[in-house]
Amino acid sequence: MGNLFSTATIFGIIGMAIRLAMPYLYAGLGELFNQAAGCFNLGVEGIMMMGAFSAFYVVYQTGNLLLGIIAAAVVGLLMGLIMSLISVTFKAAQGISGIGLTMFGVGLSSLLFKTLLQGTVLSVSGFTPIKIPFLGDIPYIGETFFQNNLMVYLAYCLIPVCSIVLYKTTLGLKIRSVGQNPQAADTLGVSVIKIRYLCVCIGSILAGIAGATFSIANINMFQEKMTNGTGYIAVALVYFSGWKPKGVLFGALLFSFVNALQLRMQVLGINIPSDIAMMLPYILTIVTLIFVQSRDAPAALSVPYERSEN
Amino acid sequence: MPDKNNPAGSKQPMNRLQMIDITKQFPGVLANDHVNLDVSAGEILALLGENGAGKSTLMKQLYGLYQPDSGKILINEKECHFSSPTDAIHAGIGMIHQHFMLVSNLTVRENVALGLKSSKQPFLDLNTVEKKMMEICDTYNLKLNPRAFIWQLSVGEQQRVEIVKTLYRGADLLILDEPTAVLTPQEVDEFFLILKKMAQEKHLIIFISHKLNEVLAISDRVTILRDGRSVGQRENKNLTKTELAQMMVGRPVVLQYDREATVVGDVKLKIEDLWVKNDWNEDQVKGISLEIRSGEILGLAGVSGNGQRELAEALAGLRKCSKGHIEIEKKDMTKASPYERILAGQSYIPEERNKEGIVREFDIMENFILEDHDKIPYSKHLILNFSNIATATRKAVDDFSVKTPTLTTKVKNLSGGNIQKLILARELNRNPKILIAAQPTRGVDIGATEYIHRRLLKQRKEGTATLLISEDLDEIRALSDRIAVIFEGRIMGIVDGPTATAEKLGLMMAGAQEEIQI
Repeated sequence: MGNLFSTATIFGIIGMAIRLAMPYLYAGLGELFNQAAGCFNLGVEGIMMMGAFSAFYVVYQTGNLLLGIIAAAVVGLLMGLIMSLISVTFKAAQGISGIGLTMFGVGLSSLLFKTLLQGTVLSVSGFTPIKIPFLGDIPYIGETFFQNNLMVYLAYCLIPVCSIVLYKTTLGLKIRSVGQNPQAADTLGVSVIKIRYLCVCIGSILAGIAGATFSIANINMFQEKMTNGTGYIAVALVYFSGWKPKGVLFGALLFSFVNALQLRMQVLGINIPSDIAMMLPYILTIVTLIFVQSRDAPAALSVPYERSEN
Repeated sequence: MPDKNNPAGSKQPMNRLQMIDITKQFPGVLANDHVNLDVSAGEILALLGENGAGKSTLMKQLYGLYQPDSGKILINEKECHFSSPTDAIHAGIGMIHQHFMLVSNLTVRENVALGLKSSKQPFLDLNTVEKKMMEICDTYNLKLNPRAFIWQLSVGEQQRVEIVKTLYRGADLLILDEPTAVLTPQEVDEFFLILKKMAQEKHLIIFISHKLNEVLAISDRVTILRDGRSVGQRENKNLTKTELAQMMVGRPVVLQYDREATVVGDVKLKIEDLWVKNDWNEDQVKGISLEIRSGEILGLAGVSGNGQRELAEALAGLRKCSKGHIEIEKKDMTKASPYERILAGQSYIPEERNKEGIVREFDIMENFILEDHDKIPYSKHLILNFSNIATATRKAVDDFSVKTPTLTTKVKNLSGGNIQKLILARELNRNPKILIAAQPTRGVDIGATEYIHRRLLKQRKEGTATLLISEDLDEIRALSDRIAVIFEGRIMGIVDGPTATAEKLGLMMAGAQEEIQI
């Protein structure tokens, strides 16, 4: 049994947490855009699976990682268009259409895996760690924070970008008002439909990329259902975040830290049944959600917009 | 003030706006039938009509929210088409809606900036917005803190935000939809000064209202709508309330009621040092004591948000009291459930009739028996008896003249006035000992209002103890035997109903204590 409290182990856990947080960040920030505009997209999981498969398949065929990411983004966009068509244009119940989209995405990715790759688990060479000069050489810290692959760095860069877009731009003001009071936005000439389409599409592109990180920026292979509920956790993270980008960061790190901890405990052979350890992060999510209360919760979340008669 | 960043900057000032032969058909309803309207710069036009007369529909077409089926909109004698609010805003039209269109968790200046291009596009430039906004505030004497969040503001302040927002967009024409509904008499006076100032600055103003006093006080001309048609356009010279009311309703309307002397009996409802918290766990009702006797109407006047809602909900058993007592006929009912209070003979007309008074998706019969569905004759051995239900509902619908095609019509398809009559029918059908009526005529047309008032007076004669909670001072004064004024959760004083003046009540509504308690 190893020592859980040695410096190397602790930094090992932190480093793993930082990498594990990556898909949560992409998917969570994407879902944040959805929800800020009042759209509740439960289809994240399905979009991620489609993103994971398309990125993997393109990289497997071409060896070009950039093309892989683009493929995941495009597939995400298409799934986002389906979602917005159903929930924004046709005003269907968003929870149900999201679940439908997830089942569709998970199912289709499995089907494509079986037909295009004959169901064989293959591997590709994905994104490799980039060591940041000087910073990457600092003992422990360098290895933990500054020797990650490009997609990890990008995920963290996305947080300030989202903050700026949501809080410092005219577009962000429109997005937040559409989520809070679409009637008010509409009377000021803001197109509720356009903003919602835009946000669902941004969110879905990010969800597609989040899926791609599994198959080409982490374990670099494709398996059925490999995202394993990450999409749902991302949705929960947005509630946890209080609808703020930095809240998503905090939630993603907390969640992946607990996840890394349980993985490491299993590796170290600490005597906890692994099923219980694996439940830890999910229990944590449920417990935190109970205590979430925020004035910034979009008041019009999951309410389709209609110009009313009165 | 307008510049290249302001969409309204480049246009010609508006001198005249005409709507000619506007017709708009909704499924089953001809909302506007060849309606005409004409307003010029510097003029305040009142658009008068009952709920459902087509005022809002007409204005929504002017604002680009709906498109007319036929007819023309002319600005400075040139025809215009508005396919969205953006088009209307560009043409210099601004609308202040009855329900404010503000985003409550954004600040004042963010609400003003919403939807506009910024000088630092794509980034927000709130400081410039604030500077320009304050110039407008100075011109029109509007007091506002640009950095406050909307949820921190009073209703009067929120209305000022709406006005600034509209003027900031360079509006020449302002459409004001029932703007005084939420203001105290003093605030109304202040608001009228702002309107007159705007008219002096050559704005065009359309003032939608069904309050005759206000129409006579502020407008230069009046256009009257009834059942979707314009039935009259008058200069505001030698007009009388009776004349306007008759044009609006289509028949003579009684504006004064005979309140017969009644025998005031025992105390039916006693409230003692009651404290109630609001949704945010802050004290909202702070030590209210009231007694209401059989055969009297106690009016509770006050501007909305001063604890009326919490008090009404506490009395109905829908909200916990943190301190104090409620007694119904000398029996302590502080902790009684709504059902127990109903059994004790209390009826409740909630403020939010669409959310709390009815189930919108249910039909008329189902809504009528909501409270008594488990009792004979409506049901026996857990089975509903639809023929008894239909008979009773038919009688109530006829008694209370609820206008509906059938008894199985879904309540959501009725007009506000008819929904309120149905609620009244249900609540009064049980001949209550106590009636809590919260805003019973808000948003209800003048015909139905008159009817509801008569029923309340009839109930008074039959010995019901009524608590009438209303923001409409005319209503309170017309019906109440005594008037209590609530301000910030406390009773400022109780005055004799028939002799109370609007000025005196207005001062109390703004927080002035009544010295001599009657």
